[in-house]
Amino acid sequence: MSDTSAITADSVGAIVSAALVEITAVQDLASLKAIRNTVIGEQSEISKLNGELRNIANEQKASAGALIGKARGELNAAYAARESELFAIEETKKLAAEAVDVTEAPTSSRFGARHPLSLLQEQISDIFIGMGWEIAEGPELESEWFNFDALNFDADHPARAMQDTFFVDPVDSHLLLRTHTSPVQVRSLLERDLPVYVLCPGRVFRTDELDATHTPVFHQVEGLAVDKGLTMADLRGTLEHFARQMFGPEAKIRLRPSFFPFTEPSAELDVWHPGAKGGARWVEWGGCGMVNPNVLRAAGIDPEQYQGFAFGMGIERTLMFRNGVLDMHDMVEADIRFSEQFGVVL
Amino acid sequence: MRVPMSWLAEAATIHPNDTPADVMAELVKVGLEEEGIHGFDLTGPLVVGEVLEFTPEPQSNGKTIRWCQVRVAQAGAKAADGGDDVRGIVCGASNFEVGDKVVVSLPGAVLPGNFVIAARSTYGHISDGMMASGRELGLNEDHGGILVLQRMGLDPKVGTDALELLGLNEQAAEVNVTPDRGYCFSIRGIAREYSHATGTLFRDPTGHAHPEHVDGFKVTIDDQAQIRDNVGCDRFTVRVVRNVDPTRPTPPWMVSRLKLAGMRSVSLIVDITNYVMLELGQPLHAYDLDKLDGGITVRRAKAGETVKTLDGQERKLSTEDLLITDDSQILGIAGVMGGESTEVSDSTKNVLIEAAHFDPISIARSARRHKLPSEASKRFERGVDTAVGPYAIARVVQLLEVHALGSGDSLGADINHVVPAKAIELPAGFAEALVGVAYTHEEIVSTLEAIGCVVASVQDGFEVIPPTWRPDLRHKTDLVEEVARITGYDRIPVRLPVAPPGRGLTSRQKQRRNILSALAFGSAVEVLNYPFLGTEANRWFAPESNHAVRLANPIQDDAPELRLSILPGLIDAARRNLSRGLTDLAIFEEGSVFIPSGKVVQTADLPLGFERPTEKQLKAVLDTIPDQPKHIAAIFVGDRVQQQVGTKSVAYDYSDAIQAARIIARAVGAEITLRQASPKGFHPGRTAELAIHSGGRIVVIGHAGELDPALTVENDLPRRVAALEINLEKLYSVAPEVIQAAPIYTFPAATQDLSLIVSEETVAGEVENVISSSAGELLENVRLIDDYRGSNIGEGKKSLTFALRFRAPDRTLTQVEASEARDAAVAAVNAKFGAELRA
Repeated sequence: MSDTSAITADSVGAIVSAALVEITAVQDLASLKAIRNTVIGEQSEISKLNGELRNIANEQKASAGALIGKARGELNAAYAARESELFAIEETKKLAAEAVDVTEAPTSSRFGARHPLSLLQEQISDIFIGMGWEIAEGPELESEWFNFDALNFDADHPARAMQDTFFVDPVDSHLLLRTHTSPVQVRSLLERDLPVYVLCPGRVFRTDELDATHTPVFHQVEGLAVDKGLTMADLRGTLEHFARQMFGPEAKIRLRPSFFPFTEPSAELDVWHPGAKGGARWVEWGGCGMVNPNVLRAAGIDPEQYQGFAFGMGIERTLMFRNGVLDMHDMVEADIRFSEQFGVVL
Repeated sequence: MRVPMSWLAEAATIHPNDTPADVMAELVKVGLEEEGIHGFDLTGPLVVGEVLEFTPEPQSNGKTIRWCQVRVAQAGAKAADGGDDVRGIVCGASNFEVGDKVVVSLPGAVLPGNFVIAARSTYGHISDGMMASGRELGLNEDHGGILVLQRMGLDPKVGTDALELLGLNEQAAEVNVTPDRGYCFSIRGIAREYSHATGTLFRDPTGHAHPEHVDGFKVTIDDQAQIRDNVGCDRFTVRVVRNVDPTRPTPPWMVSRLKLAGMRSVSLIVDITNYVMLELGQPLHAYDLDKLDGGITVRRAKAGETVKTLDGQERKLSTEDLLITDDSQILGIAGVMGGESTEVSDSTKNVLIEAAHFDPISIARSARRHKLPSEASKRFERGVDTAVGPYAIARVVQLLEVHALGSGDSLGADINHVVPAKAIELPAGFAEALVGVAYTHEEIVSTLEAIGCVVASVQDGFEVIPPTWRPDLRHKTDLVEEVARITGYDRIPVRLPVAPPGRGLTSRQKQRRNILSALAFGSAVEVLNYPFLGTEANRWFAPESNHAVRLANPIQDDAPELRLSILPGLIDAARRNLSRGLTDLAIFEEGSVFIPSGKVVQTADLPLGFERPTEKQLKAVLDTIPDQPKHIAAIFVGDRVQQQVGTKSVAYDYSDAIQAARIIARAVGAEITLRQASPKGFHPGRTAELAIHSGGRIVVIGHAGELDPALTVENDLPRRVAALEINLEKLYSVAPEVIQAAPIYTFPAATQDLSLIVSEETVAGEVENVISSSAGELLENVRLIDDYRGSNIGEGKKSLTFALRFRAPDRTLTQVEASEARDAAVAAVNAKFGAELRA
């Protein structure tokens, strides 16, 4: 047994100082890891000194142990501190190396779009759904009976020639491309129980050449309400609500006398468009009126019991003045740039 | 209807400062929509000049011009342009003499076509103005020479304003007349409406001349073939006017008004009948009395008859055509066009004036049959006042006496079989119940009386006899419209009706929206194409033998059919985009295709309007309507991912079409299975049939893949174009209404990869199906992750690698359990395809 213990404050202090110098000297995590064993691990001087503990006198063991324990704690802490310091430095370098120019971000897929005419029909439908109405649809290729006869167009009345109709060959097939969505109203009255509150959006056809304001294929939305006690005041209220939903709370409507075979009284409908290009103004929007009793009779409804109103407007026209579309060609030519402007909102 | 302002002012109370726009602003309130303003499009100074002398000067170009001295102001006075009273003017015409009064456009005047008059050097003179022809003034088509005022019956003072003199400063307001208001095709009708709109006085122009008693001319109405139980003619009035001079000029104010109203000046007698038609709305005809043989008979045409009409055309007649005939010849097609044989001419001496009332339907059919829409037929079709005929004749006689120097004779006839209109019952509260305005008793009576009705107050309401010029007033609702219209639609209050609780969008409507939105979010762009196709393009994706619906009157002759498929329209749209430099495209369209039914409903079986058809009738009609299933189609051209930083471009191919099809199916909660297919128009090796398994059924809903390169190249598209088309009706039919949830198990999963060597022809999807069905209930998911081919696998073989995920609902799976399940699958694919595990 040695009478002088090797474990003294001085010897421990020297070991600690030397190890601390080593720990501080390393400049990267890999090097730090490489000296781990020799500074705090099994092979370290402090561990070796620890091994000396068994050789010293019992009465000195406690104080020597305490010295070594304290030194180990100090070294471990120094190591951990250096480790996180170096980690932070290296992480910073790594992040700097990973940096990109975010304005170069690639697009993994392009954006698609709905056609604004479709979106507008859906938007209008939702306004009426919100009022408890239902959306009714029908075929584009129709029987003359639904398109004309049931709507009080007499076979010989000049009103029948008001609309330039695409007829199917042979003409005695009595088939045509519907000139308005009104046949859906007739179908609704024939199929549904009263009262009826339906909105009929869809494609219609007239033999106009395509130009800036006409197209042979276009879209309409028509509304029909048949119930007990409906008056033109209900028509006006419905249209005013609709106009405000479409064009803002400042919007209002104006009715002017007109003629349609399927309504009596009939009216042209103007809307006060607060957001119109060049300032708020009246814009011709559509037609409307009280359902002609003959139309109700064609559906087997007693006009003495029920009254109704109907209205209709062009989707293309509405899109033109609501969203500033200037030329009909843009809506029909399927140029993707047109739909892409809108994306999925109007 | 074009309404010259001064003419309207004769019958209505118009403020002198009112413009055509002011008048139209009033008329629109009562339902006559504004269409435009018409004028002569010229400005002065235009004055009356007198030719003092002229010298003919032959020119090297063979023409002879006249160098004229023309007095354009009283001697010593300044002319209207501030210049001298006598001007030197070069004139190319030679139809005038010294002393003739002419119209001189002085420098500063602007004639139609923005023709500015200035003093200019021509043919060696300074021509200080221009002597004008009727055509140059826009008055008529006469360019045979300049206007000579004396020949028009005028002898005004030199210097008189010619604009005023000839009515060239007049304007006309044009309004749109709806088909129910035939009476508004007249000054009389418009003036009446103007008085309704403004509450001012109406002076009925029938007051210009009163009918005299006529007799002795033989007229027979003999309708043996009534149309829809209506006699073809219920009133026929004629009167003889003798000793007319048809060569006299039409007065300039009449020429001006006719021109502004949109009619050409033809000759005095014709102009007068047209003028009175415009004024009173009664179409009129003048016959050369001396060319008539005996009395007049109104009858239907006999089979095989023909007539040569005024336009020189020989026309075959239908037995529905109503004719005006005499004892030996056909004088004309009633209400449509007169015949050549009794036309008035410069040698006519005595005329017979006819004003008749014909059945609107008969006239409408004849006008359509002979493609002869005329000013007369337009009015007859919409209904002419049954009482105005004799007044119109009286007015014609009056004008012929003044301007053609004729004299009205008492020889004539007035056959009147008009059935007076029945009274319409209007219940007291009905107007309020329909319009929502609490009209007073007094308001209803005064309004209906204002429009010409005879109103009797009876218990609980009114009995209303409409005026003779309002055949459109037949029902009580028609009367209510009049009350509402005349008192103003502005009075209608606002009330929002409450609909019964609704169902919202139908599931189908929601499904449709889901699909379209999903595709849009999946980077495709929605387009809308016309459904019109040529016969060839319509067979790109359908068998040649398939029938398509054909239009009788297509917009374009080369696209007469309705589409059998959406894709041809998309191909065209893609081509258009490409031609505009948009080379990377994914576009889709949802819409109807049209499958002919081949059934025809006989006209006789068509239900009438006004009553509900029987179920049998309804079915007969519905059966004829072609099936119009909704389809959705998409095409993909160019790059799905465009070249960009760190990314190479990725071209669209068949897999993009299939992915879009999967998105469409998922949008309605369905899942697609694929099968190799080669439908028409598609690439035979790169196209899948799309099917949905539903309740034990397999429903094929369409195809997705690549288009036949021959088709794409022919359409100026790149060789590789991906596409799909799906019948949405079929998809909707298999979409789940309600999706039932399966529990989500949370015990750990065991995964295993499975590499199988199979022959190259083996279809991966079928292998996957067998794995799915044979690996037992523990298999949660199977996915093909690789298709490897190489020499180490063997000639004609491929290695398919599947990733399998197993999970038990109630425990952690052991590797042994997972392996057992996998081995079951291996055994099954070995049995079915000879598949071997890859070492």
